[in-house]
Amino acid sequence: MSSKPLLIRGGHLVDPRNQRDEVVDVFLSDGKVKEIGKALHPGTGVEVYDATGKIVTPGLIDMHVHLREPGQEEKETIATGTAAAAMGGFTAVACMPNTEPALDNVSQIQFVLMKARSEGHVRVYPVGAITKAQEGKELTEIGAMFRAGCVALSDDGHPVSNSNLFRRALEYAHTFGIPVIDHCEDADLFKGGVMNEGELSSRLGLKGIPRQAEYIVVARNIALCELTQAHIHLTHLSTRESIALVREAKKRGLPITADTCPHYFTLTEDAVSGYNTLAKMNPPLRMESDRLAIIEGLLDGTLDTIASDHAPHTFAQKSREFSVAPFGIIGLETTVGLLFTEMIQKNGMSITAAIRSLTEAPAKALNLPGGHLSVGALADVTVIDPKLRWDVKDFVSKSRNSPFVGRSLTGKATLTIVDGHVVMRDGHLIKNSQVN
Amino acid sequence: MSFKHKHLLGLENLSTEDIDTVLRTATPFKTLFTRSIKKVPTLRGKTVAQLFYEPSTRTRTSFELAAARLSADSLSLSVDSSSVKKGESLIDTALNLEAMKVDFMVVRHPVSGAPELLSKSVQAHVINAGDGNHEHPTQGLLDLFTIQEKKNKIQDLNVAIIGDILHSRVARSNIWGLTKMGANVRLCGPATLIPKEMRTAFGKSVQVTYDMKEALDGADVAYVLRLQLERQQEHLFPSLREYHEFYGLDMRKLAWAKKDCVVMHPGPMNRGVEIASPVADGPQSLILDQVTNGIAVRMAVMYLLAGGKA
Repeated sequence: MSSKPLLIRGGHLVDPRNQRDEVVDVFLSDGKVKEIGKALHPGTGVEVYDATGKIVTPGLIDMHVHLREPGQEEKETIATGTAAAAMGGFTAVACMPNTEPALDNVSQIQFVLMKARSEGHVRVYPVGAITKAQEGKELTEIGAMFRAGCVALSDDGHPVSNSNLFRRALEYAHTFGIPVIDHCEDADLFKGGVMNEGELSSRLGLKGIPRQAEYIVVARNIALCELTQAHIHLTHLSTRESIALVREAKKRGLPITADTCPHYFTLTEDAVSGYNTLAKMNPPLRMESDRLAIIEGLLDGTLDTIASDHAPHTFAQKSREFSVAPFGIIGLETTVGLLFTEMIQKNGMSITAAIRSLTEAPAKALNLPGGHLSVGALADVTVIDPKLRWDVKDFVSKSRNSPFVGRSLTGKATLTIVDGHVVMRDGHLIKNSQVN
Repeated sequence: MSFKHKHLLGLENLSTEDIDTVLRTATPFKTLFTRSIKKVPTLRGKTVAQLFYEPSTRTRTSFELAAARLSADSLSLSVDSSSVKKGESLIDTALNLEAMKVDFMVVRHPVSGAPELLSKSVQAHVINAGDGNHEHPTQGLLDLFTIQEKKNKIQDLNVAIIGDILHSRVARSNIWGLTKMGANVRLCGPATLIPKEMRTAFGKSVQVTYDMKEALDGADVAYVLRLQLERQQEHLFPSLREYHEFYGLDMRKLAWAKKDCVVMHPGPMNRGVEIASPVADGPQSLILDQVTNGIAVRMAVMYLLAGGKA
């Protein structure tokens, strides 16, 4: 289905890759950006969206989500997860391979892409497993998965302990120019832990996860990046030491990129008090000094991207005893609000830098076609109302495991356009027959 | 003076006055035990449900007797702890009990925080009878009662808590209770069993030493914790023999403490591991007094939670 021409009029275009930061009209036609300029008059029969007072950006990209399909459809599906993405202003998501079974071969990658095409609301870029069944033993057929459409590799959720195997994965993936995304965690130090290790875990009698479990592996990965010169992306960093290590590695020019999640710049381990399972995630919420270091890392560009680590779980699963409840929170529908409220309004992040972390940076990290609005580029566009105040309450995700329920945020996506089609407008999903 | 709490989840959220109220209330209940009829009608018509997700003899019997001596009816549910992992919901079980109109739920659970989770979804009074590595508040209270009974005070006493602090809910409740009552707390054991944050995690400062001589020097109370023998497999100490050599309380080490130092243990003991039999059975031991006092303190707790006046 070809898209109808659409004029986004009078918005404030923020396109970091093209260094655009001005009030200008954007005209979309045939799934492409047709024209950008002041007071465009594209002719009759063109739908017009008045974006006055709003920010127009390249379609936002979340490079770390869990769509749970196949295998855990009671938590989320490709349909509901991409609906949540559209609602949150995202035009593309990269989905992690820790499904059941894992996305560790061509047919699984094809399944995700096929489902996304028929049921998805936004673009879906599958991330393939590094090792078969994410067992950390044997490499997957990386080249074949790449050809089938996998954009990166990761054993997220079950990180590869074997440094030699991980080295070979980095080198082999480099053959195809795709990055390896690592969830940095030392399995033995982590073992059995359920929250940040420290005074609070001592008081609550919960097994702690020492911060070292993360940054030992960050240090290893930097060393392996040095050895292989292959692109590695370190995901959802949570400690100040990790940020310092990445900052130093980047200074040396290593091909490293990194992200963090909105909860790490918004919350600390205090949120766990009272055994709040909605504050249970992995890596765990850390200390105030970590939160501040993460904000610093975003401000100085050490952290390239922001990803939600959207991890849906059912209400019943999160209503269990703290140690038994699963790790993870949903995030697709709160990322923009938290980014604007916490980073831009409270910590002075520039709108350009904030938008870069959700557009240019993830597109670059994963070699994706989107992330900018040059003439001729994909017509993936997000419009954000930076002044819209809203309360986190309802979700279109199948799950609602968010620690932010009840919080007031300022800043929300009001229009999401994928391939020239409006898929979300003012909080309402609009289903098109085909997206990708 | 009234007791404002609906549940007893831990000593962390009790004030010094609250603790004092419990201890004072327990005294008259204890005098009851020397009478031929050891029962008062205080909680007649109330029902106490014991929900035990972990095996326990002492605590469970103690609560049962406490309920009986207050004339309450009690029922007991043992739940195989393996079912916790199988996905049976604690809340569902509790809601079923609630539907049967029980007034108290006494909960023992292997997972820290389980009683708190329960307290958020039921109307009954929830009493934590030990949750994971978190707290065991009635044990803490009965220990305080026992110390006060013997020493006539708690303030300024030197109390050495010895052993597996890391995994001990008894240690945590005692640290809260003792520091709130003004005692000086010293923790002693190998560094693997004492999280380094313990010094500061409880607000008031707690001393940590890895040397038994230092811990016992000038001690009024030596509180020995049970060592779970399977901890050896987790690389926390190399052998029971070595553990006993360095941290087992025997007569030789006890001599480092004050002459009138009392010895306590929450039971069940591993004789010859954390405590030597001559110490456990010796004149300084209060281990059986702790058991007797447990009933009086649990009666006081149920009485106060039900709205009784101190």
